[in-house]
Amino acid sequence: MSAGPGTFLGMPAFPKNAEEALEDSQLRFNLRKATHTIRARRQAVVDELPDWAALRAAGKAIKDETLRNLDRYLIQAEEAVTRAGGHVHWAADAAEANRIVIDLVRATGETQVVKVKSMATQEIGLNEALESEGITANETDLAELIVQLGDDWPSHILVPAIHRNRSEIREIFLEHMGEWGRPAPADLTDDPKALAEAARLHLRERFLSAKVGVSGANFLIAETGTLVVLESEGNGRMCLTMPRTLISVVGIEKVLPTWRDLEVFLQLLPRSSTGERMNPYTSTWTGAVEGQEFHLVLLDNGRTKVLADEIGRQALRCIRCSACLNVCPVYERVGGHAYGSVYPGPIGAILTPQLRGTASELDASLPYASSLCGACYDVCPVAIDIPEVLVHLRAKTPHAPAERLGLKVAAWTLDRPSRLRRAQRLASRLRGLLPRRRLPGPGAAWTDTRDVPAVPEESFRDWWNRTEGGAR
Amino acid sequence: MRVALFVTCLNDTLFPGTGKAVVTLLRRLGCEVEFPEGQTCCGQMHVNTGYRDEGVRLARHFLDVFAGYDAVVAPSGSCAAMVREQYPKLADGMGATRPGAFASVHGGRSGFARAVAEVTPRVYDLSEFLVDVLGVTDVGAYFPHRVTYHPTCHSLRGLRVGDRPTRLLRNVRGLELVPLPGADECCGFGGTFAVKNAAVSAAMCADKVANIESTGAEVLCAADNSCLMHIGGTLSRQRTGVRVMHLAEILAATERDVGGPMSREVPAVDPAVNGEAR
Repeated sequence: MSAGPGTFLGMPAFPKNAEEALEDSQLRFNLRKATHTIRARRQAVVDELPDWAALRAAGKAIKDETLRNLDRYLIQAEEAVTRAGGHVHWAADAAEANRIVIDLVRATGETQVVKVKSMATQEIGLNEALESEGITANETDLAELIVQLGDDWPSHILVPAIHRNRSEIREIFLEHMGEWGRPAPADLTDDPKALAEAARLHLRERFLSAKVGVSGANFLIAETGTLVVLESEGNGRMCLTMPRTLISVVGIEKVLPTWRDLEVFLQLLPRSSTGERMNPYTSTWTGAVEGQEFHLVLLDNGRTKVLADEIGRQALRCIRCSACLNVCPVYERVGGHAYGSVYPGPIGAILTPQLRGTASELDASLPYASSLCGACYDVCPVAIDIPEVLVHLRAKTPHAPAERLGLKVAAWTLDRPSRLRRAQRLASRLRGLLPRRRLPGPGAAWTDTRDVPAVPEESFRDWWNRTEGGAR
Repeated sequence: MRVALFVTCLNDTLFPGTGKAVVTLLRRLGCEVEFPEGQTCCGQMHVNTGYRDEGVRLARHFLDVFAGYDAVVAPSGSCAAMVREQYPKLADGMGATRPGAFASVHGGRSGFARAVAEVTPRVYDLSEFLVDVLGVTDVGAYFPHRVTYHPTCHSLRGLRVGDRPTRLLRNVRGLELVPLPGADECCGFGGTFAVKNAAVSAAMCADKVANIESTGAEVLCAADNSCLMHIGGTLSRQRTGVRVMHLAEILAATERDVGGPMSREVPAVDPAVNGEAR
């Protein structure tokens, strides 16, 4: 396939971000090491299950059935949560969800909340919204703590600080822990145990003083109104159980009909995400326990729009395991920040443009942030055909005029064999003039690192005609 | 058996030697090969770059040209995967949000879907055709060189050709097949991805090239000249001395062709038409 004229023009934002990221050799080293480690671990625990394909098919089927009847299951969940003493709030978008949480925290009179690691609250920018109202959100997941202390952005769904190595983490702890509470010991080393201990001591003080907890949820079981959070550190459980008020912001696609359905996902998720056979800390709660107030904020924020798209809706099956990130050759080389969203990697490339739209240059470029190699689809535990959705979104995204012209000319040429033949003969006549190492204009994107093949004297079709398929 | 060669637009235009190698090989194995001259392009570049309407037109053209053959053989895993894996999606769903995609093609959506069901199951990548249809893994080839094989994403994860290509290579006399580390990782070509995200594409290829060089192979083989054009262009730019060859060209080579070290000559091939760099 040749570089059509104009494909380099109107170059969108992801390529620019990626180019910058590629210059950071430390980042590439960190990412390569981390993604290859998790990738191998996942493969090992998936390969040992003889029924993985059946589990994957079941996960897909359950999610599809749930999404088809989402309205019914959500109302069932609302009734169950309310019956169990919880309060249910519906939020159409990020602003409404943030407003609800702010008002709930305000009503408690508190100015500090502790947070369980949650993608939904990052998606709506809850921490920033709380901060603008004088409320401090304390991230308690170790990796989220590193990101927050470093005034950084998460770059991975499961391992938000994957772009940091341990010496960088040591520096962040030494410099910033004191600003938030208990400082790191002055003699802190970059030994992972020492780093974890410093975080443990620092976080414990924040847990003990917290009166309000904020979480998301991995699953919401409609039949009983039970919320489920999976985590690895136990910090989430501290946030879920100790504060007097618990507020959970949950995307509407997180609902599962029954506990029986959960069984499938408790197998799929840990093996796909951390490469563990069983999840270390699985917390479940139904409504409000005695002495605690519980609020569930059900978040749409673009999800019903995604649901309306026949091809794109499969992205709502996502259980945020990150397997697609860990196996993606593009993500591995550029990291998560280049995607400009809390959802990076292949899933981000199909989720972000659907949730946010493609009005910005960056969001419009995300469906192209993939070589369509298909590795993401192979590992997805709910069989989201990410390449299919990428191609679908590319067709819905506006194209740069120069590229459009180039592809239209190519289509016109390929529409008739006679036109293709004339183009081939023209190229053959000019073959001596065509540079092999430096193409002009948009072709430079090819020849920056690659030589161009020589145009042959004769195309295959002309050879076939001249020799009757080699008979002469 | 009436076998049609779908040479692909890329091979037709830039790598005619690959098409000739397929003809040589299939004739040697007793097939009657036809080249339907109406053929142009499967439409993959347009569909995958987001030009679905143009892609559907080209797909419809392909289905018309290749109707009625016992088998259609393409020396490209990617183009064969486009026809067999993506055409049904085009017919079934991917055009669903824009019915206009079928307004300009004859037969409309239902006609397209019928043609897809009729034609696409008989479209094969070369290695599939040899192993599954002809039932051969030893094609009588001779190629006395150290070779490593890159399986290419669409053969591996689209068509799922598995070990068919390496089974064929293992039966080539004189050939030493060395395993490629990280073989299943994408080389970074990805069609227009190679220019739209040129920096990432180059970074992916740099790692692929390092893996190829670590094998000490003289020749990198694959069943797709699009990937080989990208990897070979990089190998050539970096003056690695490693050459790229399409699977068909190695399988077509016999004792008669060995004119010297690294000879790429196969019967009925004019050496001048084989570009060194891809």
